[in-house]
Amino acid sequence: MTDFPLLSLMTFLPLIGAFFIMLIRGNDADVVQNAKNVGLFTSLFNLGIAFYMVALFRPDTAEFQFVETIRWLPSLNISYHMGVDGISMVFVVLSALLTPICILASWNSVHTRVREYIVAFLVLETFMIGTFCALDGVLFYIFFEAVLIPMYLIIGIWGGPRRVYAAFKFFLFTLLGSVLMLVGLLVLYREVGTTDIPALMEADIPYELQLWLWLAFFASFAVKMPMWPVHTWLPDAHVEAPTGGSVILAGVLLKMGGYGFLRFSLPMFPDASLYFAPMVFWLSVIAIIYTSLVALAQSDMKKMIAYSSVAHMGYVTLGIFTATTQGIEGGIFQMVSHGIVSAALFLCVGVVYDRLHTREINRYGGLVKNMPKYATVFMVFMLGSVGLPGTSGFVGEMLALVGIYQVDTLVAFLATTGVVLGASYMLLLYRKVVFGEQKNADAAAMKDMNKVEYLTLVPLAAMTIWLGVQPSIVMDRISPSVENLLRQVHNERPVAPAKVEPNIMDPKTGIFVPIMPTDNTPKELISDEPPIAEQAIEEQADELNDEMNNRDADSQVEDNGAAE
Amino acid sequence: MSIETAIVFLPLLAFMIAFLFGKTIGDRGAQLVTCSALIVAAVLACVLFVDVIRDGNTRVTEVAQWVSSGSFVAGWTLRIDQLSTVMIAVITIVSSCVHVYSVGYMSHDKAQARFMAYLSLFTFAMLMLVTADNLLQLFFGWEGVGVASYLLIGFWNYKDTANKAAIKAFIVNRVGDFGLALGLMTCYVLFDTIQFDSIFDQVFGQKDTMFDFLGYQVHGLTLAALLLFMGAVGKSAQLGLHTWLPDAMEGPTPVSALIHAATMVTAGVFLVARFSPLFEFAPFALQVVCVLGGLTAVFAATIGMTQFDIKRVIAYSTMSQLGYMFFALGVSAYGAAMFHLMTHAFFKALLFLGAGSVIHAMSDEQDMRNMGGIYKKIPVTYVLMWIGSLALAGMPFFAGYYSKDMILEAAYADHTNFGMFAFWCGIIAAFLTAFYSWRLLIMTFHGKPRADDKVMSHVHESPAVMVVPLVVLAFGALFAGFFFYPGFVGEIRAEFWGESLRILPENDTVGAAHHVPQWVKLLPIFVGLGGIFMAYVCYLWKPSIPARCVAAFAPIHKLFFNKWFVDEAYDKIFVRPAFVLGSFFFKKGDGVIINAGGVDGLSNASDTVAKVLSRFQTGYVFHYVFVMVMGVLALLSWIVFRLGLN
Repeated sequence: MTDFPLLSLMTFLPLIGAFFIMLIRGNDADVVQNAKNVGLFTSLFNLGIAFYMVALFRPDTAEFQFVETIRWLPSLNISYHMGVDGISMVFVVLSALLTPICILASWNSVHTRVREYIVAFLVLETFMIGTFCALDGVLFYIFFEAVLIPMYLIIGIWGGPRRVYAAFKFFLFTLLGSVLMLVGLLVLYREVGTTDIPALMEADIPYELQLWLWLAFFASFAVKMPMWPVHTWLPDAHVEAPTGGSVILAGVLLKMGGYGFLRFSLPMFPDASLYFAPMVFWLSVIAIIYTSLVALAQSDMKKMIAYSSVAHMGYVTLGIFTATTQGIEGGIFQMVSHGIVSAALFLCVGVVYDRLHTREINRYGGLVKNMPKYATVFMVFMLGSVGLPGTSGFVGEMLALVGIYQVDTLVAFLATTGVVLGASYMLLLYRKVVFGEQKNADAAAMKDMNKVEYLTLVPLAAMTIWLGVQPSIVMDRISPSVENLLRQVHNERPVAPAKVEPNIMDPKTGIFVPIMPTDNTPKELISDEPPIAEQAIEEQADELNDEMNNRDADSQVEDNGAAE
Repeated sequence: MSIETAIVFLPLLAFMIAFLFGKTIGDRGAQLVTCSALIVAAVLACVLFVDVIRDGNTRVTEVAQWVSSGSFVAGWTLRIDQLSTVMIAVITIVSSCVHVYSVGYMSHDKAQARFMAYLSLFTFAMLMLVTADNLLQLFFGWEGVGVASYLLIGFWNYKDTANKAAIKAFIVNRVGDFGLALGLMTCYVLFDTIQFDSIFDQVFGQKDTMFDFLGYQVHGLTLAALLLFMGAVGKSAQLGLHTWLPDAMEGPTPVSALIHAATMVTAGVFLVARFSPLFEFAPFALQVVCVLGGLTAVFAATIGMTQFDIKRVIAYSTMSQLGYMFFALGVSAYGAAMFHLMTHAFFKALLFLGAGSVIHAMSDEQDMRNMGGIYKKIPVTYVLMWIGSLALAGMPFFAGYYSKDMILEAAYADHTNFGMFAFWCGIIAAFLTAFYSWRLLIMTFHGKPRADDKVMSHVHESPAVMVVPLVVLAFGALFAGFFFYPGFVGEIRAEFWGESLRILPENDTVGAAHHVPQWVKLLPIFVGLGGIFMAYVCYLWKPSIPARCVAAFAPIHKLFFNKWFVDEAYDKIFVRPAFVLGSFFFKKGDGVIINAGGVDGLSNASDTVAKVLSRFQTGYVFHYVFVMVMGVLALLSWIVFRLGLN
């Protein structure tokens, strides 16, 4: 079974679907309907394969799995090398999840060149999954760059009035960064003699060179993230893109930057990453505060959410470059969460945009009256974006902040203010759109969500809450890979943030005495405390907390049993 | 399923049924489901109370895993000890009263199922907060009650004022949560864990650890305590982050009773009590808590005595009473603070629901200037309001008497400047409390009717479904103080609290409070009686006095009446600048510098250069020939020149 090229199948299946869509003949209505059906079926089938892959995935190792290697350009030592670890797997699943949702979201809202539209999305899926599966630098670069093409077309053809400007801006911005990455890749090839990613991760690159290479790769990924100040393409692209385009842009494309940091910058240039980390921190903090404030000043729904994306991505870069367990895991989780929540928020905008054809916040109001279901679903995503505990948004944000707090309290302090600002603009948006009086008759007459919209939004809402309550379904799978990554980063220079050594209270000299010491309390102190102290030491010594928890849970179960 | 699991998750289940299937089961069905779930939970809570307090069965149950990242591990756990059991009992009892009351109070509303669902959601979140065994779950409950409060304040979401108040409550609370989040992180970095027991066990070992915060070396435990306290300040509406509480009165009255009087706002008190092991080693933090509590008690009372909205008066009274609880915490009288929390929950919920009953009777009138002379028409409500007010004013043998006196005595017994400061603040506030309570009673029930005839003819006693919960709460307001005094702060307090509160021997102010001079014990009663007397003089016997006072002390009255202009100041300092800065960054930062100067500038520049260069491509042969000839000439002359030089 392991020989089966599962990843290649996932990568190229959409392309096959696209090929068949191009073959469809007949009258226009049939073509449109069939194209939609084939597109949806293909992407759903791909999602099924993705789930199958998750089921087969072994969460106990950091090794690459489902690996495929085919000699491609042997003379140059470049091969077709695919594989996933925990980190890339979650993004593969995210891509496979959002593509059918994008196609569904366009079910009734795209009317021109529908066939080409579906084809564009399928092709996009191929490139996205390819990006996350590629284990060869050149292969990665090809997929990474190729993503631009369908996205460029989606914005440029099916976009709003200023679509051409937005499409060009998007294309040129990202291309400019990517060119530098290509140069970096070539230098890397000359230095190490291969573009194989696992080999590059283990390669020892001189410090001086690391700095230059890091900057070259950073240029590319920072634009993709996007980090401040190279973020201005994002609001324009979002505003002009059709709903599906925005969803995939926010949901997956932005994550390629973060993924790049995790796959290239940190493991290949660990020293440079640590050297440049403070710069990244400050750019991230500026992004969080600056773009949150800018979001507060928006009157366009999509622009507001686009700016909020930049702020949320700030937490990602912040977390990743702390090079701490919580920071990196938080950064990855934040990307997953943002992929769901912001994608869903753009879908929510799409729902009302399809009805009223405006994104002007003030044109809406009081929607809770005529669209109560919509109001509820929107509320879930609004709270997810605010980072309410119990939604997915909280886990990533909190972990990223915990990560940075260990490294730099000032940065953490400033970044945490984003918690307040983030709540401000999202609640304001929600109030103006959903609550309040119904000022406009046309907005008040809008119908509640239809079945298709229901199908796209409800699963995402369920995931937002599910991931917030049980984040371990993601965390357990990424943590071995993150540990491995941390090993790669800290290998040469153990720069783990200075942790205060935990001290355990000596029970004999413990100054804690209950109020008015009575006879039985000291006894309790002596009989109770030593095991606790021992436990604590054990915990710190081998960090096998899970085992501890299980044991606690077991004993608890016994207690209850006894009680009953 | 253990008893605590049932208590905590029944409200959640009720919420889900009422919220998701509210349409199917109808308003009645939703009310039935939520009320019965809460009543069952309350009964179970009483069973649990006996089990834990009498038999000492403290325990921690892990329901499920939650977040686990390295040593940052937090599960969904239920920590059952004396402290959380007291909270659970208070929450479920008051909440079930409010649930039942709401059936009557909201009977004319269109979205009753949703209302009941939100109430249950709130109860669930609050229970999660108090049963947390780690900081992260506490944070979950903390923000969970915040969001439930947001939903309920803005329940009448067509009202703009309600929406504004809801957002304000959420954002101001988030400012507090900002501190709480930083406190959580500080604890994690200091102790390498966020589990309560591991933290508390390590406190002693860390008592001298310094911590690098924003570039300063500060005492680690003090920092952690102060940051956690910042969360408490937000949630419990203490001075500085209190502005949301009065506005929160925009919500339906049962909400004010449950969330903004009895339970949620006391979460801050609970937090500090829960972290008593930490605060005990952070004396400076305790002093801050003490001073802020004392100031809040007086500050809120000064505003409370000038307001006319019946609910706002009670809201300021709540804030003032929370101030009492905090300065009790500040002098390490955690038991006394928890005692007052408990009695206050009963009598303040009673007052709020009583006020709701009045509002209900007066056709949704909330302004006391339009009330008066209705005590004969609603005698039951009148009597119950008296009971609540007597308890609030701390009159002997009512619940508030025991707890409030204990707090004041503990503050006195602290024998520090801070304790003394708090004591006198408390005495002043006690006078003001009695004064505004009777001002409220007299303005609402006595004197000549000031409402129009139509309203007056409608005045009626509330239905039984509203009165019965009031009676239950009145029982608490009457007997909770006397009955629980020995356990909370009396002789058996050590056994009562067990390990859940930890106090350094030298900080045992509750013990010392039993030996204060007699005048300290009597003073609160006398100032309370003085306040009541003043209210009678000013509002019943000589009604002209208030107007004359207002005229004589116009500036001070203006300051009090306008809530010390804190809202206006915050608006000028924080809210407006944020919007101005936002649009500045958007227009100038993104618009001019990055886009026009950077990106579009670059593209325009390349465009311009291209245009200039393209001028050379004119297409006329003679232009090209001319340039060629000139070039050849220039080249030739350069060569000749160079050769000539050689």
